[in-house]
Amino acid sequence: MSRAFTPKVVTANALIEGDVVYLTSDDRWTREHGEAELIRDEAHAQLRLLQAEKQRSVIVGAYLADAKPGPNGPEPIHFREAFRTRGPSNYAHGKQETSNV
Amino acid sequence: MYKYNDFDEAFIRSRNKQFRAQVERRIDGSLTEDEFRPLRLMNGLYLQLHAYMLRVAIPYGTLRSDQMRQLAYIAERWDKGYGHFTTRQNIQYNWPKLTDVPDMLDALGDVQMHAIQTSGNTIRNVTADHFAGAAADEIEDPRPTAELVRQWSTDHPEFQALPRKFKIGVTGSPNDRAVTKSHDIGLRIVRGGSGQTGYEVLVGGGLGRTPMVAQVIRPFLKKADLLPYLEAIVSTYNLWGRRDNKYKARIKITVFENGMEKFRDAVEERFKVTRQEFSGADQDVLREIEAHFAAPAFRNAPEDAFHAARDADPVFRSWTDTNLTAHRAPGYVIVTVSLKAHGETPGDASADQMRLLADLADKYGHGELRISHEQNVILPHVHKSDLPALHAALKTERLATANIGLVSDIIACPGMDYCALATARSIPVAQEISSHFKAIGLEEAIGQLKIKISGCINACGHHHVGHIGILGLDRAGVENYQITLGGDHTENMVIGERAGPGFAYDEIVPAIERILRAYLEVREDASETFLDAYRRLGPAPFKAALYPAEAERDAA
Repeated sequence: MSRAFTPKVVTANALIEGDVVYLTSDDRWTREHGEAELIRDEAHAQLRLLQAEKQRSVIVGAYLADAKPGPNGPEPIHFREAFRTRGPSNYAHGKQETSNV
Repeated sequence: MYKYNDFDEAFIRSRNKQFRAQVERRIDGSLTEDEFRPLRLMNGLYLQLHAYMLRVAIPYGTLRSDQMRQLAYIAERWDKGYGHFTTRQNIQYNWPKLTDVPDMLDALGDVQMHAIQTSGNTIRNVTADHFAGAAADEIEDPRPTAELVRQWSTDHPEFQALPRKFKIGVTGSPNDRAVTKSHDIGLRIVRGGSGQTGYEVLVGGGLGRTPMVAQVIRPFLKKADLLPYLEAIVSTYNLWGRRDNKYKARIKITVFENGMEKFRDAVEERFKVTRQEFSGADQDVLREIEAHFAAPAFRNAPEDAFHAARDADPVFRSWTDTNLTAHRAPGYVIVTVSLKAHGETPGDASADQMRLLADLADKYGHGELRISHEQNVILPHVHKSDLPALHAALKTERLATANIGLVSDIIACPGMDYCALATARSIPVAQEISSHFKAIGLEEAIGQLKIKISGCINACGHHHVGHIGILGLDRAGVENYQITLGGDHTENMVIGERAGPGFAYDEIVPAIERILRAYLEVREDASETFLDAYRRLGPAPFKAALYPAEAERDAA
């Protein structure tokens, strides 16, 4: 029996700022993990990744990251992805800066 | 200190112009990321976890005050007001925008700095003893050698696509502060039988996934033969180094797999050719370089103020006990300024701190600064009579921490707070160890100790050679920290031994405390350092402290 597919989000870094971004279901790039499209089907995930990779003047390094549903939209599973949703732990920089959200 | 000539200046300007055009072509879509990545890496620009990162070389760790001021300006103008000094004597800016990087490189060019070959499979920034030109134990200043190697290796057409990155470190002192034995090539300036100085050449050192201590390939190399010999080593490696497996591509594996004898024979054979190809022009260049590194005009002055301040002010006394090193000139000392204030990020300096350091270098230190691989800043030439004023000024920017060589003087790589390669965080572990031992008041009692933390197996934090090394890993989706014991980064380099199973993030600080409380129990007296005690007793008492349940079971 094949293992159940772990839902995914498409994530990347913005080309100019480098900030972490996620693909939404209406084809926008958002800086909020909770707004990402949670993809539950493997074939659809591959298709969305291909569509993302085509946007090479907007983003860089797109990949699929494991995620799970949560009360405020998709949530990361791995700690690396959790760090990417907020920024470093030694300063309130990156997404922790209100001006950057 | 070295000043660019017209050639250097023109080269940097043209490279920056090229890169500016490459960035424009990336943004307008004429270059794909696959095409652009090697170009940006050649210019020190990485894409990290949350942003781009620009890695700027500080060749052999030497900075002029105007360069330090410019680093501060760049931090404020294009980054978030700080920079991170690394274990390879580089400075990293963690938040540049792609569109700003060409301007940042131009600003660096204005003070004769660059980011070339701070990445990629090339010869990287040449590192050296951070006390170069000042240390009392020095045979010869290693910086002219390092500058010669920098000029030779920068844009060297044969060595732009090596099997893997290549690091060269130089020391001019028998007490090796440049960790030469962990470099692909280590150069140690030694005095030969005739009294002439030359190089002991080491090859095949490296930390990372497969830590190895460099071995001697040439016990004595004449100074004039340096570049042809280096060229022989690197070109042999370029041919023999493995390109089929990234993890076996460093020269340490080439030497290990072929054996030192076979590798040395090939190098010597190649050297016969390269020696003919060098006309001696390199020696003319070296003489020009040497003239740039003339010692400053030291002065004679009374030291009474220094002694009076030590008697009167215990805080000053404590700082002078830990942060000073013997200088070759009478009345002078080397001052290490700690970038490890308790609870702060090791190696980070704010723009204000950088500017203050530049001003103090001008006022009290002949305009010179150094960056150490231990992520501190050095004022190499300070007269003792200036120390009270210097100390008072350092306090205004939290730069007067008296902890050099102590438990809180931790090396830590950026780890998963910044680095795309990291498997766990290192900075908060360092911050917590540092704050914790300050809070429980054991720092002074513990004395000399090197804790080194890496957030992945690539070992930028030198954990293998820490007296206590900490390696952060991802174990089944959770941060886990392995401890190594008994490492030594000096000329007697030792790779530390793994103590046992790793610890969770919230268990690592208590684990370090158990090791150090065990040390305080078992040491003969306060003069026996942790490393000495470890060498006398072996790992057993420390492992017992780390894993009390196992120790109890074994005893039952």
